[in-house]
Amino acid sequence: MGEAEARLVNKTVSTLSEAMAEIEDGAAIMFGGFGGAGAPHNLNDALLERGTKNIVAIANSVYPLIPLIEQRRIRKIICSFPVHSFGRGMEPFKEQFDAGSLELELVPQGTLAERMRAGGAGIPAFYTPVGAGTEFEAGKQKMAFDGHECILELGLKADFALIKAHAADRFGNLVYHATARNFNPVMAMAARVTVAEVDEIVEDGLDPEHVVTPGIFVHRVVRVPKRVEWHPILKVEGFQ
Amino acid sequence: MIGLTRELIAVRVAAELREGQYVNLGTGIPTLVANFLGPEKDIMLQSENGVIGFGPAPEQKDWDIDLVNARAQPVTLRPGACFFDQAESFAMIRGGHLDVAVLGAYQVSKKGDLANWKTPRFGFGTVGGAMDLAWGAKRIIVAMEHAAPNGQPKILNDCTYPLTARAVVDTIITDLAVIEVTRDGLLLKEVAPGITPEQVQEVTEPILISSPDLREMAL
Repeated sequence: MGEAEARLVNKTVSTLSEAMAEIEDGAAIMFGGFGGAGAPHNLNDALLERGTKNIVAIANSVYPLIPLIEQRRIRKIICSFPVHSFGRGMEPFKEQFDAGSLELELVPQGTLAERMRAGGAGIPAFYTPVGAGTEFEAGKQKMAFDGHECILELGLKADFALIKAHAADRFGNLVYHATARNFNPVMAMAARVTVAEVDEIVEDGLDPEHVVTPGIFVHRVVRVPKRVEWHPILKVEGFQ
Repeated sequence: MIGLTRELIAVRVAAELREGQYVNLGTGIPTLVANFLGPEKDIMLQSENGVIGFGPAPEQKDWDIDLVNARAQPVTLRPGACFFDQAESFAMIRGGHLDVAVLGAYQVSKKGDLANWKTPRFGFGTVGGAMDLAWGAKRIIVAMEHAAPNGQPKILNDCTYPLTARAVVDTIITDLAVIEVTRDGLLLKEVAPGITPEQVQEVTEPILISSPDLREMAL
């Protein structure tokens, strides 16, 4: 009696390098965001600084990964949309792909989202009609349901998820802002360790009715300044 | 032969959409359709990156870089808008809840096969949500130029490019014509102003059936 101290849950870390702890070479890492919106630009930069290489990157697109690709830190990308016509050049990506040093696994976007959801939700595999009758069915088991051919897709998990949210509390509960939400909640579920960069931390806890990602899925939260200059449309228009 | 501009193709597509419909607009000409949906007709635009109910672009001073469409273009919100994550977005799409998807295409076949994610030129394609949309939307409208830049037909007996999906396209709207994909073949329903059915056939590989109600597009 009296020895047990109250130990408050506190998933917040003060520095980006603390947020990067244990992310070693060869890790499978999910990166949130759709194009630039909702991408964890600060965490990406911290990862670059940490020097981790041979990364298997899982993301919707290649665009926010360009700095890591330029430094040859990524050995494989799993994504739905590798090519962009705006912003910084895709040349390092194409060069490494053509040279065979960067492997690409293309996945239809809905399948990618559902694979992550399934991975996080303990569903080892599921059937989808999307991709049946196309290149994407190669090598996959097929079965017909309701007269429609479907292909078997596997749940997708990662060692780490680097995500961006708008606000968090010390329990790791998260809310997002507008279309910066996108892949972040799904990736939060699918990784062994989820690291979130946020604009603000709410002291008293988020309103339970409004929590979008329950803190059970989140392991580290770091508050960072919001990065604006990365947005592709701002680069095209020459904003600021 | 001069057909419609990209904007006028979008105007003709906009006329196909009905109040209360949930609609996804793909890259290219389909994106322009958003500019021709007046506020008096509540059309709920869904963007696969997690929003329903977006409207036209705001002025640059009002840009919120977190509020964009799937093409990373800033948008405004209309009454009734909501946000959701990627799994939920594709539940809507794959689960058959969208009324219409307006998609671009490299090629469309006479059976309504769609090729719009990969050309033979590159070692990889960009699939994005195209296959989910092609599967799930109740109606697929392809909005595109009728012929490729080199003059080759894009409406073919069979697609030669890697397929997005088989037998999904319902309506094709181009700078020259409105064509309906039917069990009996491609039905030519409308021609662009100043264009003849013969001119349309010249740049279309399958034989077109002329609709008994064949008329000029009203724009």
